Amino acid sequence: MPDAAAHPSPHGAHAHHPALAHHFDNLAQQREAATLGMWVFLVTEVLFFGGLFATYAIYRNWYPAAFAAASHELDVTLGTINTVVLITSSLTMALGVHAAQLGQRRLLMVFLAVTMILGAAFLGIKGVEYYHKFVEHHVPGPTFQFEKEHLAHAQIFFSLYFIMTGLHAVHMIIGLGIMLVMFWLAWRGTITAEYYSPIEVSGLYWHFVDIVWIFLFPLLYLIGRHG
Amino acid sequence: MPTPTLFMPPRHYLNDGYGIKSWLLTRDHKRIALLYLAGVTVFFFIGGAMAVLIRLELATPVGDLVSDETYNKLFTMHGVMMVFFFLIPAIPSVLGNFLVPIMIGAKDLAFPKLNLASWYIYIIGASFTTYSLVTGGLDTGWTFYAPFSTVSSTSNVISAALGIFITGFSSILTGLNFIVTTHRMRAPGMTWFRMPLFMWSIYATSLIMVLGTPVVAITILLVAAERLFHFGFFDPRVGGDPVLFQHLFWFYSHPAVYIMVLPAMGVISELVAAFCRKQVFGYSFVAFASLGIAVLGFLVWGHHMFVAGQSVYAALVFSLLSFLVAIPSAVKVFNWTATMYKGSISWQTPMLYAIGFIGLFTIGGLTGLFLAAVGLDVHVTDTYFIVAHFHYIMVGGTIMGYLGGLHYWWPKISGRLYPEFLAKLSAGIIFLGFNLTFFPQFVVGYLGMPRRYHAYPPEFQVLNVLSSAGASILGVGYLIPMAYLMWSLRYGKIAGANPWGAVGLEWTTTSPPPTENFAETPIVTWDAYEYGGKLEGHVA
Repeated sequence: MPDAAAHPSPHGAHAHHPALAHHFDNLAQQREAATLGMWVFLVTEVLFFGGLFATYAIYRNWYPAAFAAASHELDVTLGTINTVVLITSSLTMALGVHAAQLGQRRLLMVFLAVTMILGAAFLGIKGVEYYHKFVEHHVPGPTFQFEKEHLAHAQIFFSLYFIMTGLHAVHMIIGLGIMLVMFWLAWRGTITAEYYSPIEVSGLYWHFVDIVWIFLFPLLYLIGRHG
Repeated sequence: MPTPTLFMPPRHYLNDGYGIKSWLLTRDHKRIALLYLAGVTVFFFIGGAMAVLIRLELATPVGDLVSDETYNKLFTMHGVMMVFFFLIPAIPSVLGNFLVPIMIGAKDLAFPKLNLASWYIYIIGASFTTYSLVTGGLDTGWTFYAPFSTVSSTSNVISAALGIFITGFSSILTGLNFIVTTHRMRAPGMTWFRMPLFMWSIYATSLIMVLGTPVVAITILLVAAERLFHFGFFDPRVGGDPVLFQHLFWFYSHPAVYIMVLPAMGVISELVAAFCRKQVFGYSFVAFASLGIAVLGFLVWGHHMFVAGQSVYAALVFSLLSFLVAIPSAVKVFNWTATMYKGSISWQTPMLYAIGFIGLFTIGGLTGLFLAAVGLDVHVTDTYFIVAHFHYIMVGGTIMGYLGGLHYWWPKISGRLYPEFLAKLSAGIIFLGFNLTFFPQFVVGYLGMPRRYHAYPPEFQVLNVLSSAGASILGVGYLIPMAYLMWSLRYGKIAGANPWGAVGLEWTTTSPPPTENFAETPIVTWDAYEYGGKLEGHVA
């Protein structure tokens, strides 16, 4: 509140934690609100991706042969490497939250940095994959090329591939932005053993984005390859 | 009742900081509510202007005022503006923002910055859609059906869709804020079953916002991707299915109707209790009916698609589930009337709106049962019968609830009373104008007049002229409150903390409330609506 200073504090004279917002009674309430807020947001995200998963389920069910053929064109090696990269970043994120809870500022900064590097590596590898698909004319549209038998339906697969992994990548980029802010907060010393909910909440988001990939990877890269 | 001794509190949220910055950077939920009030009012009148042109065109059977293409754009933008930028945000973002923290004894919503961000997101989204309006318009209908929206339409689909996509996040974040606030910010003693029923309906609405809006967001994104990059989700040429678009769209857009009407039902519960001086009959039934409507609302979208080629068995199930929504809706209507029974009713303006709501919502709800019946729905699909039905719910329901609530809480919001006679008069004009506008549409629709055409056979002209005449009366009815509410900001009588002698935490604080809402955090030891009990004397 810019004008809060004009009025006596509703909390009376006793000092409270600098991170405590004026409308909360205590840090515990503030932390519970932040955590619940993120969980509710993740529910929204589940429904957001849910629309895509439903679309995938319907078309895969209708066009299994085309989906298997198109899935063959994806690079399983790069996909697997990316899966490992992302799961490792979830581990370093979890370790970062743990370090934050213990008030270990340096360790927290290290884990946040590693998480960001892994996240960026994921996006880099994804970029290489996109480039390959572009060169191979697997981007849907007038220039799309595929074996004649599956020409139409493979476009639906690649439409889904690009929009699903693309939206996942957008979430990763947002996640990297959040991690940068968290790194800055840790560097400034805002994050302490009493006040670590920003890290915890960002961790929830990061894990969620990883979990989305854990579903995307088998659905796009693995299922039906040998069918 | 107001007496000369009433005075404005020396310090309240309206004089806590002056200047444009103190508004545009505020984190006070009450000021943000007023920002939303300004926003939704602008879009209400833009959408209303389109409606005026539509009704003018339909006064004669031939298309003489506007071309068919312009007419398509008019009804599309009327629907888009009214649904996404007025009806959905109106009650939650204006009255909900103002009241949710106060009703549960909190200082603010859980995330005040997010709340302000939601308003900006709303304005940015609205700007995109307005951009598409002023640069040639949109002709897809508010439903954006593929493949017309993805392939055929040459109008500004992408900017309009982007606007709706962006505004969706405003809705999601507002719902998220309300949910967390309800769970985590209640004052000591404010248990779930002591909350006013408005809180229950806002909570149920928030669930729909959080669960439904992301689905329409992704759907609209797919439409934009299909237009921009030739993706093929809904394109039959590559095996895509346009009906899938309808499923995804209505998965949100049917529950969206409950985003519009549930908060209005919450308002009506407050009004009926306050102006009948009684505890709401069957409090917990009304509370759970809100949740029931929210849950069932997610399971009935298929009734929009009875003629879209979905399977007969799906249609049967959707039909049955749609009938089920009538149960919690009827519970509410019966409980409001049971509350009025032997109550000491005072016929002030908010109560007139409440009565109007109950009547119009009942008509809208019962005609909804016609549409849930597969056979009858096939007969009236895409006719004016549908148009009349959903206007009875959205205008007769939501706007009556919104205006009733706005009048009821206006003294709290502004600290001043509106002129009662003019208010009663305009409530009457709106009720008459509304019925004259939309009742003939039931008849003309049942007789077979299709919606979305700018010309029609001459035998339908009498009913259409009646409807257009009603619309002009309705328009006047909406302009009068606009004028006297603004007037009252300066010249209205001082209201005092509790002009209605109502119970509820919002009436225990000053009018207008201080920025932190209460001098001290209240400790609640009573149920909602303890009229005639100890509380009434205690808060007067």
